[in-house]
Amino acid sequence: MSTLLIEQILNGLQYGAMLFLLASGLTLIFGIMGVINLTHGSFYMVGAFCAAHAATATGSFAAAILAALVGAGLYGLIMELVVIRRLYARDHLDQVLATFGMILFTNELVTVVFGRTPPFMDIPDFLSGTVQLLPDLSYPVVRLSFILVGALVAIGLWALITRTRIGMLIRAGADDRSMVDALGVDIRRLFSLVFALGAVLCGLAGVMTAPLLAVEIGMGERILITTFVVIVVGGVGSVRGALIGALLVGMVDSLGRAYIPITLYDLLPPEIASTLAAGLVSASIYVLMAVILLVRPRGLLPARG
Amino acid sequence: MRNWLTTVTFAALASTALSAPALSADAVRIGFITTLSTPAGYIGEDLRDAFNLVINQEGGKLGGVPVDLLVEDDGLKPANAKQIAERMAGDGVKLFSGVNFSNVLAAVAPTVLDAGAFYVSLNPGPSVFAGEGCRPNYFVASYQNDSYHEAGGLAANELGYKRMVILAPNYQAGRDALAGFKRSYKGEVLAEIYTKLDQTDFSVEFARLRSMKPDAIYQFHPGGAGINFAKQYANSGVAKDIPMVLPMFSMDQRMLGASGEASKGYYVAANWSAGLDNPANKEFVSAFEAAYDRTPTVYAAQAYDTARLIGSALHAVDGNLDDTEGFRAAMMKADFASVRGNFRFGPNQHAIQDWYLMKIAPGTDGKLAHIVERKVADGMQDSYAASCTF
Repeated sequence: MSTLLIEQILNGLQYGAMLFLLASGLTLIFGIMGVINLTHGSFYMVGAFCAAHAATATGSFAAAILAALVGAGLYGLIMELVVIRRLYARDHLDQVLATFGMILFTNELVTVVFGRTPPFMDIPDFLSGTVQLLPDLSYPVVRLSFILVGALVAIGLWALITRTRIGMLIRAGADDRSMVDALGVDIRRLFSLVFALGAVLCGLAGVMTAPLLAVEIGMGERILITTFVVIVVGGVGSVRGALIGALLVGMVDSLGRAYIPITLYDLLPPEIASTLAAGLVSASIYVLMAVILLVRPRGLLPARG
Repeated sequence: MRNWLTTVTFAALASTALSAPALSADAVRIGFITTLSTPAGYIGEDLRDAFNLVINQEGGKLGGVPVDLLVEDDGLKPANAKQIAERMAGDGVKLFSGVNFSNVLAAVAPTVLDAGAFYVSLNPGPSVFAGEGCRPNYFVASYQNDSYHEAGGLAANELGYKRMVILAPNYQAGRDALAGFKRSYKGEVLAEIYTKLDQTDFSVEFARLRSMKPDAIYQFHPGGAGINFAKQYANSGVAKDIPMVLPMFSMDQRMLGASGEASKGYYVAANWSAGLDNPANKEFVSAFEAAYDRTPTVYAAQAYDTARLIGSALHAVDGNLDDTEGFRAAMMKADFASVRGNFRFGPNQHAIQDWYLMKIAPGTDGKLAHIVERKVADGMQDSYAASCTF
């Protein structure tokens, strides 16, 4: 039983790491620039598609990483310059409509460019296989490396925001855009960079999940809602909040999926237990969100106040 | 310049508007409502392409009768599909096919049938229309949904697995799949695990599997979820200890390409494979590959059969769909060589066919394919046929 628990905690950490890559960018864009960007998941899809096709074409994992980061980052930058930039001053409904439209557009664009067949990406040799962590627990290397990358990105973002001039400007720009502008800083360019950074992080998540998950049209929408749950739980606008939220959601989801069915099967007849367990498992992260919002309506670690 | 352009455009528009009805004046129109967008779009693409292949082979005809295939995308939304069906039926279309999902079919079939038209299914065969709810103008040329999983149970028996864990997403088709499997499986089911419908990561389920140590698992996860499942199963190391049996939907030919070596060694229950040894199938596979430059899926095979079946019936009534009785009788005869080998209709107008146990292994060209190991059922009839009366 304890092996199962340790394995689930690792699974939770790994899922949390992936959610963090997506949520940290989304929370910067949503919390700091004030844009509800539903297209965020699309960058993840673009990254995964670029990675899978680069890997097939060159056979190199490094090329796949490069293609994902550059592809998602460039697409994000173009999107910001052409569409998002016009939305800062509009209300949230306009933003939701416009970025929802961009989801449909991106799905169609990816279909046209890459085709409809799900592309294939293999796990690179140095990440394949499992390591023996405990006598009866072996864990996939690729999932461990996921946790590691998540941790590195968390440290990197923390350093960027608290220790650099750009980070200072991002924080200041979020509080008072016009004041930063008046100080002679090109706030528009700064926001474009933040947006592209968010997209690059999505691309990173994309290249990492491509060997594990199906690369397919619409993969971004599936993860988007969970990502929004993460930033609501963590508190909108803060990267620390995104980290805490991602880890919490990852843990609750993994442990819930393992232990809710086991517990219910012990207590109830199988027919009732299976239906009830499936329902409770699907709802677990939303229950978590509801409980946290009851106690702290602005999330655990909101950016301001 | 502008005037000149406008004139040309109008002329072009006018000529297409005029020529379209003129071309199809005596052609039988076939409403083909299918899913071309969404992640499942590749399935609709294969259905449409294989159906068109037969029409193109005959130079725009089916069974010697000129046809117009009216293809529309339902976006995997039952409400959309119903609207399209209503519009087409209102336009006088008498013959429909193309739907690739049970929930969409549940909206399309009654609409079409109530308007007095025919529906011939080339993929789903939901239980609601297979037993007491069977209808005289409704044919299923593919399979009854449960049969796939009953064949899975038979395959597991053949392989000698005594203790199994079975997994499916938590929705109607998933629950039906596991019920179908249990109907024919003789061993003990250690646990039924229902995954979330949109779940992408299965590490948690694998950990539970490892703790239960079954002889094998049976899993039904169509589309992207199935690719995820197969890839992660291989990568997690469970695959070495616990073999996997799955229906073809969980690993069709395109998914095979998207999961790479991961799916090697898995057992598949199915009614067709590209390597099935009969002349009709050989001709189909090479014609499909020549026309579209890819290996056909099981969906394509079923669509190809459906088109040829419709062709045989159209031929018998000389394209006159108002001869309802004649068309029905001709359909029931199923006078065509199926790429699946033995093929006939049961009393509920659902296909009766053979089922196979296949293993995913390198084919003659070195690429992974579904290699037929043995037949697990000869002319299997679905479990609803007895309760159908017209």
